[in-house]
Amino acid sequence: MPISRDVVEHVAQLAHLGLEPDEVDEMTSQLSSVLDHISRLQEVDTSEVPPTSHVVTLQNIMRDDEVIPSWPPNDVLANAPRRVDDLFEVQAIFD
Amino acid sequence: MARLGKNLTTMDLSYISISDSANLLAGRELSSLELTRYALERIERVDPHVGAFLLPTPEVALQQAAAADERLARGLGGPLTGIPMALKDILSTDGIRTTCGSRILADYVPKYDATVVERLRAAGAVLLGKTNMDEFAMGSSTENSAFGPVHNPWDLTRVPGGSSGGSAAAVAAGETIYALGTDTGGSIRQPAALTGTVGLKPTYGRVSRYGLVAFASSLDQIGPLTRSVEDAAIVLGAIAGYDPRDSTALDAPVPDYTAALSAGVRELRLGVPREYLSEGLAPGVRDVFMQACRLYQDLGAKIDEVSLPYTEYALSTYYIISPAEAMANLARYDGVRYGLTVEGEDVWQMYAHTRDQGFGKEVKRRILLGTYALSSGYYDAYYLKAQRVRTLVRRDFEAAFERVDAILAPTSPTVAFRLGERVSNPLEMYLSDVYTVPINIAGICAISIPGGFSEDLPVGVQIVGKPLDEPAILRIAAAFERATPFHRQRPPLQVPV
Repeated sequence: MPISRDVVEHVAQLAHLGLEPDEVDEMTSQLSSVLDHISRLQEVDTSEVPPTSHVVTLQNIMRDDEVIPSWPPNDVLANAPRRVDDLFEVQAIFD
Repeated sequence: MARLGKNLTTMDLSYISISDSANLLAGRELSSLELTRYALERIERVDPHVGAFLLPTPEVALQQAAAADERLARGLGGPLTGIPMALKDILSTDGIRTTCGSRILADYVPKYDATVVERLRAAGAVLLGKTNMDEFAMGSSTENSAFGPVHNPWDLTRVPGGSSGGSAAAVAAGETIYALGTDTGGSIRQPAALTGTVGLKPTYGRVSRYGLVAFASSLDQIGPLTRSVEDAAIVLGAIAGYDPRDSTALDAPVPDYTAALSAGVRELRLGVPREYLSEGLAPGVRDVFMQACRLYQDLGAKIDEVSLPYTEYALSTYYIISPAEAMANLARYDGVRYGLTVEGEDVWQMYAHTRDQGFGKEVKRRILLGTYALSSGYYDAYYLKAQRVRTLVRRDFEAAFERVDAILAPTSPTVAFRLGERVSNPLEMYLSDVYTVPINIAGICAISIPGGFSEDLPVGVQIVGKPLDEPAILRIAAAFERATPFHRQRPPLQVPV
């Protein structure tokens, strides 16, 4: 099942991947071939089959509501590209 | 050069096992400093040709070796104390750069150790360095590393497999005694097969993923790459076990994985899946595999054909579920809190430029695939469908395990292919995983061991077990190892020694 260039561009935007036009072309053709193979899943009768989201049957893994020390700010910010005091600096999201 | 004990040769030290090292260290015939210096020197000589290491850590290694020697002198050493190892660069190491083979994390230094790293530290392990890998564990050849490929020690023009290609090559080339890798679709087992080493993927949840940089959270597992089955058992014992910091970790006791290694295979029932002997399997690999089955019969096991009818859909299931989980896990790389950041006119451009420049092609492909599979209008047809087929793949194994104790399978459909051979065709690369991926989908355990040779290149044989049945697959693997010489063969490695 081929995927169109427009769809690839749209999906790239959803994923915040700033692809160059020639990259979009390349991805379009490669993804088409992969999706072609993957589409065979449509053949499988799964009408009575529940989805598996987790292979091991674990449920509601909780911990006690105990306050434990957080990381010191210097550790948290150790790899920060832009830092202001104990904050990560980033461009405005809203105007 | 290290001062060696009376009966040792330099070759012995390159390819020494964990258990032999431990005996020499305990008997004070060798010190951890000597063993470590030897490994560091070998890395310096050999690694320019192999490329297994992204970051050798000699200072840390020597400090840890000295500390281990002190501990050994007080008689407080354990099975891994003072023994040098390497870690795939996807495992967080406190204060030591961790890149995941990606430009987007080229300068990232974690402020904490992964649980498995903590456990190995506590055991007195010595870290030789961080090993090369396919970017974010996505790949089957280690050609997707942003920092250059790894060369297979058996033939430097060929790939070592991936994504744990660096760890596997380092073990195969005698640069380290053991290493940790990770396996999401075969990334420990397939490189083990292509490099003639032992690689084990534990049952999902057996080993804590805390501190493992996530690729596909329902599939990822950490495991050992070693030169012997016993060594794999020793390492698994050290890293396995419950961890409250990983809510997917199993609260199940950790047995002594070395206890039953010599039990043999008499009367065990081993299944061979008919769907795995398909046209994609190279004739030379098929021959080695069939011979391995015959050997198991000679050793007293009963070989039975089993059927795993949904095998042909497992790869497609994997290539929907894993990219979907990956796109979510890789959303965090946005240039804000860590890693590469590229300026933009606004924050959205910053994200787009950062991710465009920071991620390699394969990672982008998978993010696109995963985003598509989860997007509105496609979610039911792709992701939800794949999760249902996942149930069917799991049930296939459950049914087979009613009749057999373990399953025998090839690991890789071919021997190591040449560097560059499959890079322009992603689908062809994905097909390398056809025998390993179903095991991750089902969440069960498997080990690949040296099974023989074809075209003078290693061929792996896979033993697949029920959930938490690592003792069985180790025992079955050990029986084959005892009866064959393959694990003792060394790569020719045309480098100056």
